[in-house]
Amino acid sequence: MTIWIALVAAGLLVWALKNLGYLVPSRWVEGALMSRVAGLVTVALLASLVVSQTLQQGSGLVLDARLPAIGVAAILLYFRAPFLLVLLAAGAVAAGLRFFGLMV
Amino acid sequence: MAEEFQESHNRRARVQGIQVGLAVSLYGISFGALSVALGFSVWQTMVLSLLMFSGASQFAFIGIIGTGGVAAAAAAIASAGLLGIRNGLYALRMSPIVGPGFWKRALAGQLTVDESTAVAVAQSDQESARHGFWMTAAVLYVGWNLATLVGALAGDALGDVRTWGLDAMAAAAFLGLLWPRLTSREPIAIAIAAAAVTVVLLPAVPAGIPVLAAAAVGIALAVYRHRVAPHAPERTEGGSA
Repeated sequence: MTIWIALVAAGLLVWALKNLGYLVPSRWVEGALMSRVAGLVTVALLASLVVSQTLQQGSGLVLDARLPAIGVAAILLYFRAPFLLVLLAAGAVAAGLRFFGLMV
Repeated sequence: MAEEFQESHNRRARVQGIQVGLAVSLYGISFGALSVALGFSVWQTMVLSLLMFSGASQFAFIGIIGTGGVAAAAAAIASAGLLGIRNGLYALRMSPIVGPGFWKRALAGQLTVDESTAVAVAQSDQESARHGFWMTAAVLYVGWNLATLVGALAGDALGDVRTWGLDAMAAAAFLGLLWPRLTSREPIAIAIAAAAVTVVLLPAVPAGIPVLAAAAVGIALAVYRHRVAPHAPERTEGGSA
């Protein structure tokens, strides 16, 4: 039940933020600072999520098959590979390393 | 003659919208599969895609609860919200393009995301921008939700997350969303700072807090940069869902 509450709350929050842009006069919020904050906070959150999804295990850090997988993903992104291919390659690297017992 | 000219612009905008909408919809498969693999039900996964409908926020929400559990729910909500701020700014840009009408604006509100905005602002005039916005929005909303359902049902059949490397796919998804935004030294520096803060805090504080600390660092650096260099080139719209 708690998950449902969190889920609907987060959904409504994101929905409300989108609609806010159509409700308030643009001069209230539009400006170089606001657009910079929105852009850079997005970058900061995504970078943080890359790190936590790669290294986090419980309440600690662990080096496992996710690390080489994210390395391969970065190389593919550098060469402008499509998003889905990047995901599948990352998954395949981690799954392969685990299957052959090379990493946990 | 002028009308014909305008119609060809409108058609080109709609074609772009279909292409972008279909391509991005496919990511919905990975979202659906990951969400279910992280322990969310098919219904919960669908509510996220139908109601939240913003890829980065959705991935953040399931990722944070998936690794931090229910204890991290507040952080998951806050992160999804912070990632949703930019949609509100897109709405400001789209407001004159969408035009008046309560229901039309309410519908546009739900559909104002990276892709619909990016296709609209890429057009040369207001009318083709409107065609591009609505076509991208319609294709993406239907496609994203269908793809989510397919992914969720497939993920349900997969079982253990780690065997298939789905945990690595979650990390790669965030990197894929981040990558197109690393267009200059400023976002790259902030990404590195946020990553460093996260590594240091992860073992030290409760789940979900590091991501919020990273967001705070992002906001602080944005305000600082605005003070020292207020006229930096405008951020390009778009990227991924």
